[in-house]
Amino acid sequence: MLEELLPQILVGLALVVIVAGVVVARRRRPSGRRGATRMKDFEAMERAGRTAVETPTRPRAEEGKEEEGEKREQEGEERDEQAEPPPKTASAAEAPLQERMQEAPPRPTLRDRLVKSRRFFAARLAEAFGGGVDEDTWEDLEAALIQADVGVETSTKIVARLRVAATERGIIDAAELKGLLAEELVALFESVDPGRDRALAFAPEPPTVWLVVGVNGTGKTTTIGKLASDLTRRGQGVALAAADTFRAAADEQLQVWAGRSSAQLVRHQPGADPGAVAFDAVRFARARGLDVLLIDTAGRLHTKTPLMDELSKIRRVVEKEGSVTEALLVLDATAGQNGLAQARRFTQAAGVTGVVLTKLDGSAKGGIALAIESELGLPIKLIGVGEGIDDLEPFDPKTYVDALLS
Amino acid sequence: MFDTLSGRLDEIFTRLRGRGRLNEKQVDEVLREIRLALLEADVSLRVVKAFVKDVRERAAGAEIHKSLTPAQQVIKLVHAALIDMLGKEASALAHADRPPRIILVAGLQGSGKTTAAAKLARHLKSQGRRPLLAACDLQRPAAIRQLQILGEQAGVPTHAEADAADPVAVAWRALTLARDEGYTDLIVDTAGRLNVDRELMAQLAQIHDALDPTETLLVCDAMTGQDAVNVAEAFSSEVEVTGVILTKLDGDARGGAALSMTYVTGRPIKFAGVGEKLSDLEAFYPDRMASRILGMGDVLTLIEKAESAFDTAEAKKMEEKLRKSDFTFEDFLSQMQALKKMGPMSQVLGMLPGMSKLPVGDVEIDEQLPRIEAIIRSMTMQERNNPHLINGSRRTRIARGSGTSVQEVNKLVKQFDDVRKMVKMMSAGKPGGPMRLPGGLKVPPNLGL
Repeated sequence: MLEELLPQILVGLALVVIVAGVVVARRRRPSGRRGATRMKDFEAMERAGRTAVETPTRPRAEEGKEEEGEKREQEGEERDEQAEPPPKTASAAEAPLQERMQEAPPRPTLRDRLVKSRRFFAARLAEAFGGGVDEDTWEDLEAALIQADVGVETSTKIVARLRVAATERGIIDAAELKGLLAEELVALFESVDPGRDRALAFAPEPPTVWLVVGVNGTGKTTTIGKLASDLTRRGQGVALAAADTFRAAADEQLQVWAGRSSAQLVRHQPGADPGAVAFDAVRFARARGLDVLLIDTAGRLHTKTPLMDELSKIRRVVEKEGSVTEALLVLDATAGQNGLAQARRFTQAAGVTGVVLTKLDGSAKGGIALAIESELGLPIKLIGVGEGIDDLEPFDPKTYVDALLS
Repeated sequence: MFDTLSGRLDEIFTRLRGRGRLNEKQVDEVLREIRLALLEADVSLRVVKAFVKDVRERAAGAEIHKSLTPAQQVIKLVHAALIDMLGKEASALAHADRPPRIILVAGLQGSGKTTAAAKLARHLKSQGRRPLLAACDLQRPAAIRQLQILGEQAGVPTHAEADAADPVAVAWRALTLARDEGYTDLIVDTAGRLNVDRELMAQLAQIHDALDPTETLLVCDAMTGQDAVNVAEAFSSEVEVTGVILTKLDGDARGGAALSMTYVTGRPIKFAGVGEKLSDLEAFYPDRMASRILGMGDVLTLIEKAESAFDTAEAKKMEEKLRKSDFTFEDFLSQMQALKKMGPMSQVLGMLPGMSKLPVGDVEIDEQLPRIEAIIRSMTMQERNNPHLINGSRRTRIARGSGTSVQEVNKLVKQFDDVRKMVKMMSAGKPGGPMRLPGGLKVPPNLGL
């Protein structure tokens, strides 16, 4: 059998070798035109950006909602977000997403939800922070980070930086290290753009279009359902586009969510062209004067070129009729290091503008989010913490890190 | 970025080459690198520790074969240890004492249970069995409908109850139905549940107790990270897991979760999901996985992909041309179109033995393809068929036409020429040691060609 296949292999190999050779040669040239953007570049960019804009970098948790709004306006943001504050509802749990982020501490809920995920991590940390600082402390610390899916490289880097910082500040008590670690982790999240705006963007002219993408089974449809419910509750007119025409009953799943959130649903026949669904949905949303259109797409592995091309096409088609305000990558918190490859490829294909980290209520910690933010510069915008319609929260690095470490 | 696991190990062993026997210190170094590489491949830390310990013990007691280099010995050791941990050999579904054989499918949300259940049903049906699907995911909206549609596609009936609230009751009625109507297998799809959700985990235990299944298969996403070990632990402490279905293996995840799962459950991976079609379910081959992990390349998968992408007769002609060195840029272009069908070049590269160590960023190589294509398309037909015609002024023209630089054109022409020579040498049958390629690339002598 192998004999017969030899020609294919040989030809394939030859091609691969030629291409690889060219790429390697390019890489060796110091002035490669398309050198990969590394963290350093980001830092440089960020530094440049900071001096130019001189944004005050106050911790956002302390800022009142009004203040926040003013600040944004001063900065000349074009985002027409929440022009009028929504009517306040009685229970805090029902408060809309944007509000909950800036309001009094969302911490209790998040902490509660993360309590289980924390347990193991905390146990490791308790071990690490138990007494004085010695070699074992560092080793435990690194192990804890690795087990949170932060990745070996990043974990090693964090621990190395922590060591330097600890020596500088003369920290000998392991408990003090914890505060330092929290600082380091938050700093990593903020390394691209301190205090960056993690709120979902709205288009100046409706309809706002949010395109939701990701690999199979990360929770795209569920996330859309939650988002829709949050928006309609705030009095926004919402349409959902069932552009996942591949998976069996995906449109029916979305229909259930549309019903729960009283959003409108645009759907075609199963197997229809997803681009056409998206296109129609944009027209529909505009014709009906709806505020936000959420486009659900089929889950696809980022390695499947034709499917990723299809995604680019959906985006292009939408842009014929309007524009994509946000392209949200839904990422499963259980994802390991592959999450970075996913983020990179989806960004190439669909111009991802933000990440939704789902299933954080499990035992997975979603540490890959750190790498995605610090290496690719993609902001984590929301986290999914349960199957309920309200179980979507804004992402805040400090809260996330605190919840993880406390 | 992160190197692939294969890349890491390759690196170590390349460094080992040319040295004498391994001493204690070198073994430590190798083990440390293996540990790192496995962690980067998402193998859970605890499993990595156990694995490394195992390898060390094996190394201590290993016989020294004079015919093997130390590097080869380490590879052999690690390979064997990996296969052991992955479950030694492909294992089939257990048989029930009396029909129906009950297969319970469980896992986290989004791991691919419903799809896996339908694939399994189709697989059993194709073996001449008569399976029945039971829709016991009453949690997710339209999950029942999804299973029904997939069941129809597979030609397998589905037991579903529209307004049921208790999955245990549905499962029980499905079993009764299966017994009464003489189905050979009952495949029970359950709701996705988090391993930390006590209530739902208890519910799973109830379903399990009610059915007393022959097989309880834990569905695991191949992209899972460190958490795999917690998931496996929680599920196997609640129900008796008898095997694992590893899904989404057609991606580029390094699949460390496979190791974690088998280590914790002590049960083999019985199936692998390798695509979106219902037919995309394969038996899991531990040796293939181990080879892939070890940078021996997943040649078998590569062959399968190549088979579907290349026209055999066409490829034969190309090979002939390659051997005779009259492979032209025109041929290159047409083959490149076929190669594209095999998926991202970076992924194809990873499957090639020894290629995983290429210092090529995982995406960058795919970004270069269009440039190469542009260069070739900017050549005249005459140039494509007679690469030696391409002189200085032609190169300038080609570079301008393709929006690239003369250096790039030079590189491509040179590389093309070198490969033609290399292939000629290889087909002559005696490469004699690792092939040195321009650009410092090395092709191991044992490509099996």
